[in-house]
Order: sequence, then structure tokens, then C-alpha cells
Amino acid sequence: MSPKIRSRSRSRTRARRPQPAILFAALGDATRLALIGKLSSGQPASIAQLTAGSRLTRQAISKHLRVLERAGLVRSVRAGRESRIALDPHAIEEMQKYLAAVSRRWDQALARLKAFVED
Amino acid sequence: MENRIEKRIVLNAPIVRVWRALTDYREFGQWFRVALEGPFVVGQVSRGRILHPGYEHIVWEGLIEKMEPERLFSFTWPQIRFHDKERYSPDYSSAPRTLVEFRLEPTATGTMVTLIESGFESVPAAWRADALRGNDGGWTQQMKNIENYVA
Repeated sequence: MSPKIRSRSRSRTRARRPQPAILFAALGDATRLALIGKLSSGQPASIAQLTAGSRLTRQAISKHLRVLERAGLVRSVRAGRESRIALDPHAIEEMQKYLAAVSRRWDQALARLKAFVED
Repeated sequence: MENRIEKRIVLNAPIVRVWRALTDYREFGQWFRVALEGPFVVGQVSRGRILHPGYEHIVWEGLIEKMEPERLFSFTWPQIRFHDKERYSPDYSSAPRTLVEFRLEPTATGTMVTLIESGFESVPAAWRADALRGNDGGWTQQMKNIENYVA
């Protein structure tokens, strides 16, 4: 059975246009970074799986996940009766494109720096 | 998830020359294409006007973090949501910021510069999409400028 995406959470994330302050905070936290790390294989995980090995409670982990969800970095997917958390591939793809654009600008700037100091 | 950019370039110039090109605001402005208002000072914000054709309405802003002579120059700067004139806002007070670091090392014949930009995870998903569209628009405009120039 393939996991079904809950469109509700997705459209809500879109419509809300997250506040920069919320997003600032989203990954400026060791627990949330660790959660992203656990999900980075691409395999959705249950909250129980994400809580295992952590000193935090399930409630605390859920709270952190909500912050990441508002930032558009993760989303809930349904697997049968269970809800699982997955990294949002769309968000990651956009991040890669964004970084590629920034990267191109740096290539150009560094080429100008090279020409400038070697002149 | 990779949220940083890292680039390495070897420059055929002594480290003292490269350091000046990075940290003297007039020299930085020449190769980066920005007209900065004053010198870089640690802990202070520098501002200027971008000189790139099509981007002249954009304010360059950097908060200087570290200046360790001939080793490290770093600043944070805001990520810009919209680059086009109609929607661009010079108010960066709530913009997500990234950290830019230039690390220098002498080599046998010159200087190795490592550029690292990090902190992109603070850029909201919706912004990233907007910024990409903004850039595409900018490039289309640049191509038009060239067309007009050569025509």
C-alpha cells in the first residue's frame, strides 16, 4: 500500500506562507536538525520511531515536528491507519534549485575576483 | 540535505593582495559590483547599491562577523525574496540570513580561497520558489539588455 498524502496539511502550509521568524527557528535547534537527519534517507518514519533513542517525550518530538511542518520541510503521510512523517521532496528539490542558482552567482563573482587580483 | 555552498578557487596572487580585495570596501565593490557606502567594520552593517545591470534597485547589506587578517573574512546577509522592481522590498528586518565566509590559505604560487555560504535552511520554501522565479526574470532581462546592446 502506498502512503497517501494528506492534502490538508500541504495546502494549509502553502496558504499560510510561513512567517520568517518561524522558519528561522525551524532548524536552529539540535533536536530538529537530528530529526531531519533521521528522515534524510527518504523513508517516512512514525513518531514512535523518531522518539526512539531520544531523551525527549513523544509530545516534545511532536512539537518539534510541527515546527518543521510549518516550515514546509516535512509533512505527514498516511500509511494505513498510522500517520508517518516524511521529508517533503518538493521542498528539498526547491532547496537544491535555489542553491544551484546561488552557486552560479558565486561562480561568476569568484571569477571576477580572480580576474581582479590577477590583473 | 545539503544546506550550504562550498567553493574553492586558487588565485595567482599573494595572500595580502587577496585579503585587500576582499576586505577593502572599494575593492570588494569593484569585483562584486556593488557601490558600498563605507568600510567594513566587525559588528557593523555595511550597505550599498548593487551595480549589476537590472539589479540596481537592490540594496546590498552585510553584517560583518569576522575579520582575521589573511585568514578569515565573514559576514551575514539577508536572502531576498523578490528581485524584481515591483515586488522587491529593501526592508530586511525579518529576512532570513545566511553566513558567508571567505577562508584564505597561502599556496606555493598564490592563495587558495574557500568560500562557504551556509544557513539556507532558514529560507522558507515559499521564498525559495519566489526567488527562483525572480532570478529567471532577471536573467531574461539581462539577455534583453545584451540583445539591445548588440543590435
